[in-house]
Amino acid sequence: MKLSYEWLSEYIDLSHISPEELGEKMSRTGIEVDSVEVLGEQLQRIVVGRTVSVSDHPDSDHLHVVMVDVGEEEPIQIVCGAPNVSENQKVVVALHGARVAGGHKIKKGKIRGEVSNGMICSLQELGIPSQLVPKASENGIYVIEDPSVKVGEDAIRLLGLDSAIIELDLTANRADALSVRGAVCEIAAIYGLQHKMEKDVFEVAETSSIPEWIEVHADHKDDVQAYHMLVIENVTIKPSPVWMQRRLIASGIRPINNVVDVTNYILMEYGQPLHALDYDRLEHKQIAVRRAKEGEKLVTLDGVERSLTDEIIITDGVNPIALAGVMGGLDTEITAVTTTVALEAALFSPAAVRKASQTHHLRSESSIRFEKGVNRSTVLQAGRKAAEWIAELGGGRVVDAIASVQNVPVVEPIVSIRYERINHVLGTSLTKEEVHGIFNQLGFSAREADEVFYVTIPTRRWDISIEADLIEEIGRIYGYDRIPATLPTTSSTRGGLTEKQRFIRWTRQTLQALGLSQAYSYALTTPEKAVWFTSNPLESVRLDMPMSEERSTLRQSLLPSLLEAVQYNVARSQQTVRLFEVGRVFAQESTQQFVEKEVIGACITGNEKTEAWNAPLEKVDFFSMKGIVEAYLKEMNLDRRVRFEALQDVAELHPGQSATIYLDEKVIGLVGRVHPILEKENGLKPTFVFELELLPLFEAQQQARTIQSVPKFPGTSRDLAVLVPQLCPHAQLVELILQHGGALLKDVRLFDVYEGDRIPTGYKSLAYSLQFLNREATLTEEEVSQAMNRIIEALQTVENLEIR
Amino acid sequence: MRDGGIQMDLKEMLQQFDSIQEQVMQALEQAVNVKELEKVRVELLGKKGPITEALRNVKHLLAEDRPKVGAVVNELRATVESELQKKKAYLEAIELERALKEETLDVTLPGKTAAIGTKHVLSHVSDEVEDFFIGLGYQVVEGPEIESDHYNFEMMNLPKNHPARDMQDTFYITSEYLLRTQTSPVQARTMEKHDFSKGPLKMISPGRVFRRDDDDATHSHQFYQIEGLVIDKHITMADLKGTLEAFSKAMFGQDRQVRLRPSYFPFTEPSLEVDISCFKCGGEGCAVCKRTGWIEILGSGMVHPNVLEAAGVDSTVYGGFAFGMGQDRIAMLKYGIEDIRSLYTNDVRFLEQFAGKPE
Repeated sequence: MKLSYEWLSEYIDLSHISPEELGEKMSRTGIEVDSVEVLGEQLQRIVVGRTVSVSDHPDSDHLHVVMVDVGEEEPIQIVCGAPNVSENQKVVVALHGARVAGGHKIKKGKIRGEVSNGMICSLQELGIPSQLVPKASENGIYVIEDPSVKVGEDAIRLLGLDSAIIELDLTANRADALSVRGAVCEIAAIYGLQHKMEKDVFEVAETSSIPEWIEVHADHKDDVQAYHMLVIENVTIKPSPVWMQRRLIASGIRPINNVVDVTNYILMEYGQPLHALDYDRLEHKQIAVRRAKEGEKLVTLDGVERSLTDEIIITDGVNPIALAGVMGGLDTEITAVTTTVALEAALFSPAAVRKASQTHHLRSESSIRFEKGVNRSTVLQAGRKAAEWIAELGGGRVVDAIASVQNVPVVEPIVSIRYERINHVLGTSLTKEEVHGIFNQLGFSAREADEVFYVTIPTRRWDISIEADLIEEIGRIYGYDRIPATLPTTSSTRGGLTEKQRFIRWTRQTLQALGLSQAYSYALTTPEKAVWFTSNPLESVRLDMPMSEERSTLRQSLLPSLLEAVQYNVARSQQTVRLFEVGRVFAQESTQQFVEKEVIGACITGNEKTEAWNAPLEKVDFFSMKGIVEAYLKEMNLDRRVRFEALQDVAELHPGQSATIYLDEKVIGLVGRVHPILEKENGLKPTFVFELELLPLFEAQQQARTIQSVPKFPGTSRDLAVLVPQLCPHAQLVELILQHGGALLKDVRLFDVYEGDRIPTGYKSLAYSLQFLNREATLTEEEVSQAMNRIIEALQTVENLEIR
Repeated sequence: MRDGGIQMDLKEMLQQFDSIQEQVMQALEQAVNVKELEKVRVELLGKKGPITEALRNVKHLLAEDRPKVGAVVNELRATVESELQKKKAYLEAIELERALKEETLDVTLPGKTAAIGTKHVLSHVSDEVEDFFIGLGYQVVEGPEIESDHYNFEMMNLPKNHPARDMQDTFYITSEYLLRTQTSPVQARTMEKHDFSKGPLKMISPGRVFRRDDDDATHSHQFYQIEGLVIDKHITMADLKGTLEAFSKAMFGQDRQVRLRPSYFPFTEPSLEVDISCFKCGGEGCAVCKRTGWIEILGSGMVHPNVLEAAGVDSTVYGGFAFGMGQDRIAMLKYGIEDIRSLYTNDVRFLEQFAGKPE
């Protein structure tokens, strides 16, 4: 909302407060000021002139030579190209030596041989944005039709261009300041000043009709709290006076004509939306406020035909004539030929107006105010004021009576607040006198009894309804700077992370230590990618109204987004990328049941380590990634409970280089290479991923570990090599060995895998080192040999296995 | 005679030993490295060496001479052994010296690299914030990202059709479920469960939130928030100010000043925006603070009675403060990051810059 400093100054003495200071003070006490600017800061030497004569330029088909009276002894000659220049117009003249918008300097000179001593200006040339310039002047010079304006007058001041515009960024609760009157009250309160405005006067008219003229029906009190209609007759439509135009322009509103301008002016001054319509174009004179019927039509002022559903509408008794609180209808619009004006001042349901404005994508100054609230006391006061202005500016007369329906009585609420509560919440030590002083400054009358203040809240502050609201008022007027800074004194609490949060932090550190960098990626992706890298996807969670397909669906795996990140890096010549993320994945079991799981995902590509002069470059492979998984699991002592099984049915993974990861009998994740087709599509070299569910790991690793004393007796090891078909899984052999090795066999380590010339094709040689230990006694040769024999015997049951 | 074999004269035998000694000494003298020395030891003192050989003839001596030979041989062995050790030590010292010389490296060459991953800047921030508040006795509580309208809005004093719902355009999934727009629903959930008879509630809730925003340099449809809540019987706005002042100093430096401005949030009353004096220019005005000397970092306020009551907390007895900050914004301010999207694209050249321990 834009506030004109000059307008404010009419009602409150700001002579000792600069606009900048005012802005700063308002920001610090509750209403954020976005900017303070003077539109015509650069303007100089611009006055009102009157065209004395206009003749065609001898050397041009569109220029005119104009003699202009600028209040000096002799008229001056100016060459002007505006199509709308004519004799005896009051215009804005930039004299020799003037500065206009953009800092351009105007100098005497000749234009095609004719002397020109200045420039007749358009409003745009004075820095006013086109959309605020009255239609008639939009494509030419600004013609002043206001008789009170004198030739020679300073036009910069006349147009208010020397005055600051203060732009407020109002929070939703402070709509009371969405008007000049509201802002003046606020300024009076924060500075402790008196204002010069007429007081809020609540009045109710006696009847719901103006006999002979009009009847009003508005029964539904939830939809319409109050509805008043006034009639002004014998009105002449013309431009409004310059002082009104300049205030509207400063407020960001384009002047239209005297009637519409008055409604907008009062809207700005009171915050009360009004609607003026052409009385003679009402087919029936029976105004009725009701809900629209499905399918009813209304062409609004913007020329759009609206199909209605259940909005609150105004009808003439039969046909819709306005969308209540949002926009009027085109058929009853004020036009140049209007002579009788019907003026509506009403109070509509905020929720209904909000809904209608959303449905029709129509947000107007009016709808915004109804949504956020208006002062219930001044509905009719504002309406009367507007009617008087219309009559005055249009040379008409306000018809005596008012048609009025007041469905909801207006009372000023009393909010009580315990004296003790104020200091209790603010942490201050305000005296009762200080509290009284603050209420007084705010213009609230307060009575105190038994340590309780009973505060009467004026209707202009409809944001205040509970004790906490009053505490805020007291706090901000007292000044938050003056509130002390302390720390809470409570009984002691134990702060800390939960076991699971600690586990997540530990996981992050461990993966970093294993050479992976932490990534953060978007949870929303495409419906296709959402289910990538999943064996048995559940139903994805999809947004009702996504902004784009790209971000429409919640992911079921971290891997698609990590893959994207890797691809992003590779595309920027970063060949080695090693990323992990700990984050959530989502799915739904029903429209009421959602699944959110924490998972750990990682993706690597490129080289094993960073390039070095003394080490060969090694590409990452499946076993690099598996090694990371194993190291992480080993850190949790879970390596013995985890197994890997070949995985072939995940479309995004290489069917020969992927494994399902089991913890005991439960699937907890997968590790593998990205499918070569997908790699190729993304311009990637071999790329490897893993994903693990966090919760089962967290639960499994929580089991207390027992620490054994270091063995007192030496162990021994035996080597064993076997020749097996290439596809015979290592894990199966290890399982056999462990099963048959007996209690003394502590570990089986694979130390060599050989495939090549020295063994038959299709075979591989696996060499194991078996570690034996007896914790109670020195091992005997015999014990170890027996164990080895059992193992060999068991291994020989494996098809095509040969002990080497 | 025991076996009637060849008789051997003692003297002759002793001479033999003398010559062996001479032979050994000479060989030792000639050895130029430990390896050769070892060869000498094996050849001359070993099982197949001349001493052993000579001793075979002891049986040909007279019985009474035999012990004498033993003494001589022992002496010979000791002498040779000692010489050998001396020589060995000498040769080893030379060899070590040579080896050290040969093994000398250019220590300025780079080492073999071990890749260590980096912590993401958003985690740097959340860890730091969490640790600060943990130190003040707060718990860290998390909640679902898919949230009900009830917890996300209604429990936060934002009934349907509340105008402030415009402030945060929401990604709805169904009419009842949505992607949470704030982490405050976690506060509502925690308040509902907390047993206030057992003591105050002090918590922070970090996490991901979503808003319907087009992604650009300063907007992101996904970002992270940390909100805090303290509820007890006597919590004041002064406590809020003191807490945030301590936090700002810990996070942005000891010289920071805190300024509170009235604002509006539906879930607090009074509501406050919190500015800190600019850590870049110290308050004189620069590009970071847009020439104002102040930077807005937090929203906060005293918890609205409706929020307390909605969670079943008696607002006439209990009250407290709440605050919330954008993790992304803190990260961007603190590290001078210009584009919020760089927090989510995971460019390794960006990530690498956050290596090392947190400051």
